[in-house]
Amino acid sequence: MQALTNRVQVVERKPLSFWEKLYIPAIAKGMFITFSHIFKNKPTINYPEKTRPFSPVFRGLHVLNRDEEGRERCTACGLCAVACPAEAITMEAAERLPGEEGLYREEKYAAKYEINMLRCIFCGLCEEACPKDAIYLSETFAPANYTRKGFIYGKEELLIPDPKTQPEEFAKAKGLTK
Amino acid sequence: MLGNLMAVDWGFVFEKLILIAVVVTVSLVVAMYETWAERKVAAVIQDRRGPNRAGPFGLFQPLADGLKLFMKEEIIPNSSNKLLFVMGPGLAMLTAMMTSAVIPWGSKIVLFGRTIPLQIADINIGILYIFGVVSMGVYGIMIGGWASNNKFSLLAAIRGASQIISYELAMGLSIIALLMLTGSLSLKTIIEQQQDHIYYVFFQPLGFLIFLICAFAECNRTPFDLSEAENELNFGYHQEYSSMKLGFYLFAEYINMFVSSAVMATLFFGGYDIPFVNDVSFGLHHGQNLLALLQTVSLLAKIACFVFFFMWVRWTIPRFRYDQLMDLGWKKLIPLSLVNMVVTGFLVLLRQNHWHF
Amino acid sequence: MGITQILFWSLSVLALFSAIMVVVSRNPVHSVLWLIMVFFAISGHYILLNAQFLAIVNLIVYAGAIMVLFLFVIMLMNLNADTEPQKNKWLKIAGVISGGALLLVFVAALKNVDAKAHVAQVARGDIGLIHNLGIALFHDYVVPFEISSVLFLSAMVGAVVIGKKE
Repeated sequence: MQALTNRVQVVERKPLSFWEKLYIPAIAKGMFITFSHIFKNKPTINYPEKTRPFSPVFRGLHVLNRDEEGRERCTACGLCAVACPAEAITMEAAERLPGEEGLYREEKYAAKYEINMLRCIFCGLCEEACPKDAIYLSETFAPANYTRKGFIYGKEELLIPDPKTQPEEFAKAKGLTK
Repeated sequence: MLGNLMAVDWGFVFEKLILIAVVVTVSLVVAMYETWAERKVAAVIQDRRGPNRAGPFGLFQPLADGLKLFMKEEIIPNSSNKLLFVMGPGLAMLTAMMTSAVIPWGSKIVLFGRTIPLQIADINIGILYIFGVVSMGVYGIMIGGWASNNKFSLLAAIRGASQIISYELAMGLSIIALLMLTGSLSLKTIIEQQQDHIYYVFFQPLGFLIFLICAFAECNRTPFDLSEAENELNFGYHQEYSSMKLGFYLFAEYINMFVSSAVMATLFFGGYDIPFVNDVSFGLHHGQNLLALLQTVSLLAKIACFVFFFMWVRWTIPRFRYDQLMDLGWKKLIPLSLVNMVVTGFLVLLRQNHWHF
Repeated sequence: MGITQILFWSLSVLALFSAIMVVVSRNPVHSVLWLIMVFFAISGHYILLNAQFLAIVNLIVYAGAIMVLFLFVIMLMNLNADTEPQKNKWLKIAGVISGGALLLVFVAALKNVDAKAHVAQVARGDIGLIHNLGIALFHDYVVPFEISSVLFLSAMVGAVVIGKKE
């Protein structure tokens, strides 16, 4: 048969010679190979003690951002929900009452903001769609949970800590410190 | 009758009981840590890390595994033969433990003015005793596999039993060549002959190789673990077993590995003899008890090497096909060991007739 | 009553009970297992007679190899009480008669034996030890021993001939 490419390797199927039939050289060779692997470097990383650095463009768990004074940036415009290809985001808007100016930056805010992490595909389109820079994807991922309900993240889970009262947690969530 | 009982040397009985307890405990602990070592060896050979969560280096892993096995639900299948189903793992464990009775773990210690040999029973048919017990080991597999009332288990049991019987033959023949040199069946005598002499492995390299291969087959270890081939027989003879009954089967395998390593070290590698050291003069200079301790450590080190070899082979060589297994056993190893036997007999005869070479 | 006698009686009871159970058991696998118990008890007797070699060889050959093959066949045939074929009535009667006749022969043969004169010499009888046994086999009985080994060889050759492919 004519070979189609010049990369063909013809396998010779001749009967084994006596030396090959003994199998002992082959076994010894195999044993040597496995033995040499004992001294090789292990690629595994001891995860909880040591973490691999995320790439700066990693798209992980969402964070709802606050501004420098600790006010929520989100205005519940719904653009993120529209942009979401997996339809993972739902929200309910509410009007800011007088006296709540320290809590919300705009007159309208998200009373309820939920992301279903089982639906989310972490594409980052919500981040791009947001006009207020209120949502972005952090460098962590959603931890395991026992129930499906546990994967529907509400505002408690998503909101970034207040930079005024909890500056360290805020910095950590922002990824400013390592 | 009371007089007869009084005449029994109670100190002797007591020291033997303690020795038995120690040997049994040591074999159980060693078997426990063999499971850990197996996983560690597998891991390092495959460039992984192995168990490292429970305790330092994962050293408590066997305890956690044992606890898990004890806590699991005990399932006895409805259609099984209940008595034999429970008897199977017990029998496997019993025969595995019994073999350690004739292995000398050290020369002797002197405690409270008594000289205590570190061997449970120095019977003059030591090797044959081991063979007898090993041939009993088949029943644990067979009874367990049959009583499960499962076709896979039955097939696995029959595979395992026929494999063990076939390889016992080659094992016995390879030992005969060794026995021609030793002239004794007692393991203690065999060790004493090797002390401060060349080990028998250099006189019987082929015999040792055959014995080693047969030991793998007798322990049901890879590449001969056809009776627990998970990809063709689901799990072999212990498929229906759960909880500690399963644990007993697995444990018995590791104890068998330990004991067969001990037997190989004893027969071919001088047993408790400390290499490159004159044991007798060491004992005179540093005391008998220290010597016995070092001898035991030396034997355990030899055993550890063999156990590592068992594991190394397991993670290197794939499983045999059944016809290849029988082919190797009957058509290669038995003729080879027969040839080995004849050649050894011939040379021994020449030496006895004062032919020096 | 010494320890030897206690052991002797308990082993005898075990041997006889197991032997009866071999016959009485409905399940053939149980019969085989009881038969293995019989071999164990008999090996115990050999040890009491100081015949360690015989004891252990009895275990290796009979309990370890032959009974495993028995077990093989029975397990593969899947015999149990339900599938047991109904035996012929005449066959049963013939069995009883022949068994009774055998018993009669044994009783007649052993009736006049003076057992006291042939008590096994436990204290001094070391013929069962492997050293003495080997010397006896290879000096005094070397011809019968070699002839029996030829018998085994022929059996092996026969097995090879049967097992060989056409």
